[in-house]
Amino acid sequence: MEVAIIKYNAGNIYSVDYALKRIGVEPVITDDPERILKADKVIFPGVGEALSTMTYLKEHKLDVLITELQQPLLGICLGMQLMCRFSEEGNTPCLGIFDTDVKRFLPEKHEDKVPHMGWNKLKDVKGKLFTTAQDGQFAYFVHSFYVPVNDYTMATTDYILPFSASLNKDNFYATQFHPEKSGDVGEAILTNFLNL
Amino acid sequence: MLAKRIIPCLDVKDGKTVKGINFVNFRDAGDPVELGAQYSRQGADELVYLDITATHEGRKTFTELVKKVAANISIPFTVGGGINALSDVDRLLAAGADKVSINSSALRTPELIEEIAKNFGSQVCVVAIDANFENDNWVCYLNGGRIPTDKYLFDWAKEAESRGAGEILFTSMTHDGVKEGYPNEALAQLADSLQIPIIASGGAGEMSHFRDAFTLGKADAALAASVFHFGEIGITDLKKYLSEEGVNVRL
Repeated sequence: MEVAIIKYNAGNIYSVDYALKRIGVEPVITDDPERILKADKVIFPGVGEALSTMTYLKEHKLDVLITELQQPLLGICLGMQLMCRFSEEGNTPCLGIFDTDVKRFLPEKHEDKVPHMGWNKLKDVKGKLFTTAQDGQFAYFVHSFYVPVNDYTMATTDYILPFSASLNKDNFYATQFHPEKSGDVGEAILTNFLNL
Repeated sequence: MLAKRIIPCLDVKDGKTVKGINFVNFRDAGDPVELGAQYSRQGADELVYLDITATHEGRKTFTELVKKVAANISIPFTVGGGINALSDVDRLLAAGADKVSINSSALRTPELIEEIAKNFGSQVCVVAIDANFENDNWVCYLNGGRIPTDKYLFDWAKEAESRGAGEILFTSMTHDGVKEGYPNEALAQLADSLQIPIIASGGAGEMSHFRDAFTLGKADAALAASVFHFGEIGITDLKKYLSEEGVNVRL
């Protein structure tokens, strides 16, 4: 099985690479469209800022490529947010795979710190990325923007309000949390993705 | 609800873990990668690796260690020590670290905080502050607690936040290694005056000290070294205890 990690200016590419190696997969990190198109699974990582990242993806024609992929694709963190329609971060038009917008967390009290950073619980998990074993388990998050709960939501997490911890539509999967940094829980979710 | 974090800190010199008692005299406490992996299995939420080697050769050894940690450990980790420029941050993040912690260099060149935040995001930038309580004030120190500065804890923490720090790691030199608990009043004052997470560091001797740092000190995370390294407190037991005491932790 060939797993491609889309290479671009994202901060967590190597963490994803290491995590896949820990579960026994040797991925390729590439921005070569041919290579990405023929991979069995594609991972779209992401740590960074929405507007500059979308600009980079467009310049390298990766935006169209991602939306046209037929094989299972997993977007992580900013990757997931960029798969939505529009992000309030930099007022950025995104890829539009998920017909929903990305909003900024608005603190309601002093304790509501932004970014939402640390371990929080996955709730109401469903779909192929999860088994019931992951319901109520903790995953690692770092983000200041969130995707509201919508028709594509496959898991929720509560922080200030319930938001989408995971999304799925057809072959497109996504997690707001970092499975590559979420210990055994994250490795199980990555394994589920690779087994699709 | 976001869980309170327990963070073991590993001081690394020439590739091996050490721990200072009041910042001097070191005792050996093992292999950094194996120790980190063990903590991760026991339920540590993050790890901090501090490079206390000062030599160029030591820096290279540390970067290699960061790669090994990233390859073997599946929870986030922060690295610190000897980070003076953006190129150091770039090198350590590329080696697989999730965050960097800056201390003396931030005091000397506060603009470094802005540069890190701008280039890599605030979440990457932990500003560590060593402060000693003297003459009714928390005085910030440079160089691992050796050189006093004219900065005070609360002002400096506020400045660091406004420059783009993602977290404040506050080590009380007054409490560090003494094992009588964290400086809860100062922690609570920090938590009340800042919007970013506060990591309490220095002073843990018993499990109740961690609880107090979270409840009285309003800290988001608690860091400790020797109590974990020498097996005085097990992380699994600690988290069970905290949960029973009503603190929201990841079990």
